[in-house]
Amino acid sequence: MGIIKVKDLVYEYIRRDEEGNVEGITTAVDDVSLNINQGDFVAILGHNGSGKSTLAKHLNAILYPTEGTVWVDGKDTKDDEAVWDIRQTAGMVFQNPDNQIIGQIVEEDVGFGPENMGVPTKEIWERVEESLKAVGMYQFRKFSPNKLSGGQKQRVSIAGVIAMHPKCIVLDEPTAMLDPKGRKEVIRAVRALNDVEHITVILITHYMEEVIYADKVYVMDKGQITLQGTPREVFSEVERLKELRLDVPQVTLLAHELKKEGFPMPKGVLTNQEFVEAFARCIGEVG
Amino acid sequence: MLRDITLGQYYQADSVIHRLDPRVKLGTTILFIISLFVFDGFWGYLVAALFLAVVIKLSKVPFKFMVRGMKSIVFLLSITVIFNLFLTPGEPIVHIWKLTITQEGLKLAILLSIRLGFLIIGSSVMTLTTTPNQLTDGLEKMLRPLNKMKVPVHEIAMMMSIALRFIPILMEETDKIMKAQLARCADFDSGNLIKKAKSLVPLLVPLFISAFRRANDLAMAMEARCYRGGDHRTKMKPLHYEKRDYIAYMIVIVYLVGGIAAGKLMPVLLGSMIL
Repeated sequence: MGIIKVKDLVYEYIRRDEEGNVEGITTAVDDVSLNINQGDFVAILGHNGSGKSTLAKHLNAILYPTEGTVWVDGKDTKDDEAVWDIRQTAGMVFQNPDNQIIGQIVEEDVGFGPENMGVPTKEIWERVEESLKAVGMYQFRKFSPNKLSGGQKQRVSIAGVIAMHPKCIVLDEPTAMLDPKGRKEVIRAVRALNDVEHITVILITHYMEEVIYADKVYVMDKGQITLQGTPREVFSEVERLKELRLDVPQVTLLAHELKKEGFPMPKGVLTNQEFVEAFARCIGEVG
Repeated sequence: MLRDITLGQYYQADSVIHRLDPRVKLGTTILFIISLFVFDGFWGYLVAALFLAVVIKLSKVPFKFMVRGMKSIVFLLSITVIFNLFLTPGEPIVHIWKLTITQEGLKLAILLSIRLGFLIIGSSVMTLTTTPNQLTDGLEKMLRPLNKMKVPVHEIAMMMSIALRFIPILMEETDKIMKAQLARCADFDSGNLIKKAKSLVPLLVPLFISAFRRANDLAMAMEARCYRGGDHRTKMKPLHYEKRDYIAYMIVIVYLVGGIAAGKLMPVLLGSMIL
């Protein structure tokens, strides 16, 4: 069994009117099953309201399944006893960098998680140092979070999660509120964690460019997983992705259009480099 | 720029007073305030003044920062001085129209202004040399015994520090909303008081909604990082008394005893010398 296993997960939001009567039920996650292995980089894609954030909150025991089961490192999230272990195993980074930084100084914020876990003072300092270094924010340790850019704040949030020594990090649209530069910084930090520290990463996003490095991609729509596979497999389905109102990376789209026009381009071109090589071959064959 | 505001009135410097444990500073400030009301007579206040002068010198904070705190109470101070001066019955010294200044009144007015002045300067020495964060930490640790009386000390301290963290963010947000409303022809400046108050509604409503949304997000983020109240927590920066803190406590005790003794003994001593 992998680090995270989700089986037949259903989650319903119940809307109530002022008297508390049930007004309507929205099924945010509808019968989702997935299995994530230790060390994987998994991306979950979907447009707004596809249920991807709701799914993410289940992996950290913030929401509990209406039906079905979620296991994190072999522990059922419905088990009240295990909730703190689960939150320690699967750390979570949220969308808005301002609303998840608790400390008034960078290093204090990174120490917040270990403090809550009851880690001895000396070890807290070691953990804070190593996690700030892992995201490249060590030189800012004495800064007030208010003086940092969005990308830097989000890296501090990630450091705050790493300091808890999780096996897995769930990032719920960590780049949605950042500028392109901040987005690059954050994604670079996340990839480094996965490559160097072998932490399982679950990245929830709607930016396609962030997905191409993932080991596995899940595409969600209306609470269900509609597509899954490697980035190459998923991005081969250009028409299907368009139906789901999702963009594909520009080079992938260009290769797809060329193929439609009769050029012998391969399916699922992901990077500029790949495109250039494939196109050169193409011209060689045609011309 | 709103981003750069400093909270409280902390003055960054490297001094013994800055390095003292916040609990020592809190305790000393309280004792100093009490001492101002216990001491009597000229000699007691001389000791208090000397003590204050030495502390200010040690703190390396320019004196004008201390006096800045006085400005806010000038009005209050002058009212109390005037009332005491004219309304205390006793031996009359000067008659101005229907008002009389008495000897007792003069004495009381001087005493009161010294007390209030020292009180303000004394407490600003504390706030100038202690960051709001250290103050919250110090308060939490000092009030820990109240936990037994079911006072949620840790929670109160946590709320204070979160409030301090969010004040600049909310101020920035206020600024943003204000500009957005101004761009749509909102008028915050003209009209009488009632009209001005009413014009704040379109500013306050979005601000409150956003503050609640932030609170909700923050609560979730704190839970996700295993926050479950103060019971199992360890501290990244625990407060430890060091040698200098014990020395400071001793100095304060010496000051208290010295002040009381000076107030009681000096007049007697001087009296016997004259005789």
